[in-house]
Amino acid sequence: MVAQNVAFWIIAIAMVLSAIGVVRTSNVVHAALYLVIVLAGAAAQYILLAAEFVAWVQVLIYIGAVVILFLFGIMLTRSPMGDLDLDNSQRMPAFVASLALVGTLTALLVDAFGNSKVVIDSPTKTSVLSSDIFRLYIVPFEAVSILLLAALVGAIVLARRD
Amino acid sequence: MILNQFLILAAVLFCIGIYGVLVRRNGVLVLMSIELMLNAVNLNLIAFSAYLKDTSGQIFVLFVITIAAAEVGVGLAIILLLFRNFRSPDLDQAQQLKG
Amino acid sequence: MYRLAVETTTEKAEIAAPWLISHAWVIPLLMVLSFVTILLFGKRMPKRGAEVGITAVGAAFVMSCITAFQWIQHVEDSLAGEGGSALSGLGKSLVFHGGVGAESGIAPITQTWDWWSNGLIKFSAGIQIDGLAVMMLFVVTFISLLVHVYSTAYMEHDTRYTYFYAALSLFTGSMLILVVANNSLMLLTGWELVGVCSFMLIGHWWEEKPNSNAAIKAFLTTRTGDIGLLLGVIVTFFAAGQTFNLTEINEAALAGRGGHTIWLVGASLLLMGIIGKSGQFPLHTWLPDAMAGPTPVSALIHAATMVVAGVYLGARLYGVFWQGFSIADGGMNPMAIIGAITIIVGALLAFVQDDIKKVLAYSTISQLGYMVMGLGVGAWVGAIFHLFTHAFFKALLFLGAGSISHSGSHHSFDMKKDMGGLRKFMPITFATFMIGSAALAGIVPLAGFWSKDEILATAGQSGFHFFQIIGIAGAVLTAAYMTRCIYLTFFGEYRGHHHPHESPKAITVPLIILAVFSTVAGLANAAPLGVEKFAEYVEPRVAFPEVVVPQFEGILAAVSVMAVLLSVGVCSYLWFRKDQLGPFKGLTQRNAAARGGYTFLVNKYYLDVLYTDVVVGGIKGPLARSAYWFNQNILDGVVNGIGRGAPAFGRGLYKYVDQGTVDSAYNGLAKETGAAGGLLRRLQSGQVQRYALLIVIAIAIFSIALILAK
Repeated sequence: MVAQNVAFWIIAIAMVLSAIGVVRTSNVVHAALYLVIVLAGAAAQYILLAAEFVAWVQVLIYIGAVVILFLFGIMLTRSPMGDLDLDNSQRMPAFVASLALVGTLTALLVDAFGNSKVVIDSPTKTSVLSSDIFRLYIVPFEAVSILLLAALVGAIVLARRD
Repeated sequence: MILNQFLILAAVLFCIGIYGVLVRRNGVLVLMSIELMLNAVNLNLIAFSAYLKDTSGQIFVLFVITIAAAEVGVGLAIILLLFRNFRSPDLDQAQQLKG
Repeated sequence: MYRLAVETTTEKAEIAAPWLISHAWVIPLLMVLSFVTILLFGKRMPKRGAEVGITAVGAAFVMSCITAFQWIQHVEDSLAGEGGSALSGLGKSLVFHGGVGAESGIAPITQTWDWWSNGLIKFSAGIQIDGLAVMMLFVVTFISLLVHVYSTAYMEHDTRYTYFYAALSLFTGSMLILVVANNSLMLLTGWELVGVCSFMLIGHWWEEKPNSNAAIKAFLTTRTGDIGLLLGVIVTFFAAGQTFNLTEINEAALAGRGGHTIWLVGASLLLMGIIGKSGQFPLHTWLPDAMAGPTPVSALIHAATMVVAGVYLGARLYGVFWQGFSIADGGMNPMAIIGAITIIVGALLAFVQDDIKKVLAYSTISQLGYMVMGLGVGAWVGAIFHLFTHAFFKALLFLGAGSISHSGSHHSFDMKKDMGGLRKFMPITFATFMIGSAALAGIVPLAGFWSKDEILATAGQSGFHFFQIIGIAGAVLTAAYMTRCIYLTFFGEYRGHHHPHESPKAITVPLIILAVFSTVAGLANAAPLGVEKFAEYVEPRVAFPEVVVPQFEGILAAVSVMAVLLSVGVCSYLWFRKDQLGPFKGLTQRNAAARGGYTFLVNKYYLDVLYTDVVVGGIKGPLARSAYWFNQNILDGVVNGIGRGAPAFGRGLYKYVDQGTVDSAYNGLAKETGAAGGLLRRLQSGQVQRYALLIVIAIAIFSIALILAK
């Protein structure tokens, strides 16, 4: 299992560094690119956890569509692309609060789960996933479809120049 | 693999996301930080799904990804409207609630 | 771990293979790394990236030579181990079934990595090194190395010098991937990559519209053929029992698995791919236009390497073609017919060109026709040997044309306007060009003779007499148009307005090297002299049909050489005499039939008109109009309807819920809280993020408190 652990750590460090990059860089486009690294790292973690279908969906939708949306948003709002200060004045309190939260969560997790191991017998079959969706969770599925429609219509209405 | 690896990673990402939401001035960057938080949540769900050998976690993640995509769309539309009104993407200028 | 682990399987030959030949994937990898390096750092280097490219391709060439040497060693050891009985069976191959057989020890050396498998279907990447791969490695890296060196002088003042070298590296790497691939998917990947590189390099001077048009035309025309290739890959996958591995496909084909029809379908589809990429009739129209690219590109891609990718495909999957087209039975088959038509079509068109590069382009089309026809009549060794020799002398001719344009006619390729009498000014170029042309025409003992003769001999002995005659006719035409070309370029009076001089060393040295190879390369397989080294090392012994071994026919060789010399003689007589062309001069003006034939040829058989105006034009109009109607009426209608409904809902909400109910309560409250709000006003900055910060701080405090209180 060493290979998985090594892979996990490499990806985890990359994700954390890139996430810090997203919130700390002064170039908006660079932030979007760092976000791509985080999203890709998440997809890799999903594969390590034997959830390949979700990993694929993550890549397709997040990296393929959401990031493009962000880049369009950057373009359309004429965000300053130079290196300016993009933070507001509450950096220190926010940092302290986040740090406190992280510490609290970590202590909680270590206390709750200790060294429990994740054992993966076999990869999750997409057929099992899909049968679960369409048997057990069919109602949320339909609801999400309606929500997507509403979001689509809402976004268009909001952004139209009337 | 230890379960806590993933959970603590998710917690760290979540808090980095919170920091981003609080601190960034540009609306698009705030949305990106929200995406970070959502991804942390997803990671959490998948880790538990693997630990408990229950596919419900993964199904939930699929829904979360969908909703996140929808939310980004609407969020960007709102940011666009803000931009049109203020001529600048700086959120600090949205002070109408002042007082 | 369940799937991400890398599984390497090395098929053991009887003798353990040395390191380089079983890890030959470093050779294409080196070129890809060179591409990335030049792209990232090339502009800042002293020689603008050329030194990286030349070093990389030089190293690749050395490694290819070492790999070739190791393969030859492997063959020799295997043959020696079988007590020499295999030597008498030289040239004959056995159909390979499961490892039993005297020559099964000379299996190709392979390495496979399983990349992704989904229960039934396995996608893998892997390499397969055997004589054919090793020969292609040698040819590709050698010609690429010479072109790299040549381009330092030829492209010296080009603005995109660095990107040119980057693209050359990527192209070499892609071609090498194609060549070492052991499954049809990887071969397809390499195939598409070389198509993209060809597009990039043809359109290198894209500032002029004709150049970018030529690049698009090349890409789209080969794409049309690639439809067939993709379908062919899928069909052979299923026909061979769900495997992409080339050896397994060949074995399944030769065993006739699943009946004959499916292999016929598969072979026909693959043939479409070959037609597109190797410039066979009717998809040959892109090759002459591709001459808009720089001459080193033409030499490397459109003469020696990329266009032979189709022939390589035919050679690699020969079992499929052998079975599908029933080549063993003699008679007509599509491969040979298309090859034969191409020979004649290309040769005829070469007569009416004024541009020296276009002459060479049509000559290439014609020679590719030879190779495909050779495969079609069962002359596998002949066709591949012709690929080998053709690479040398065609690259030589192209680089020679480039040398002429660089130093002789000031960047023009027009023979009638800017050339003539150049032999006095450019002796080295003249000498090497003559050697190349003689090799092309097939004059003994230069390289082209041996390879063409082998194809013709096999055709005759397998009963394909019709194609034998076509082959000889093609040789006659080749000699004739090359004589015309040489005359217009090197003899007579100089018609240009510049000062021609010999080219610098970086240009002439590759020419000399190629001239040497054009002379001696034929002796690698000179059957009449008893030398069959090329066949011994290159012909596969695994999953290969029983092809006919051509016996040398003195009469055939003599006839073809005589025909060629006669052609040269007649043309020289007509061109070189004082009243040029004698009674034939002005024939096209006097005679309507001759003029009609000339116009037909100059318009390239009206094929371009057919493709661009009739086929494409007829499709794009109706398609665009219907898409526009759908967009305007249906999609926009839905959006407009919804867009009117939502604000109406919002307005209702505002009026009744917000204004009526909530606001009245709020007004009462606000008066009280306004008074009490003095101190807290600072926190109400109106900025959302300030509120969010307060929330987060509150959460943090609460959670810490909860944990401590537990």
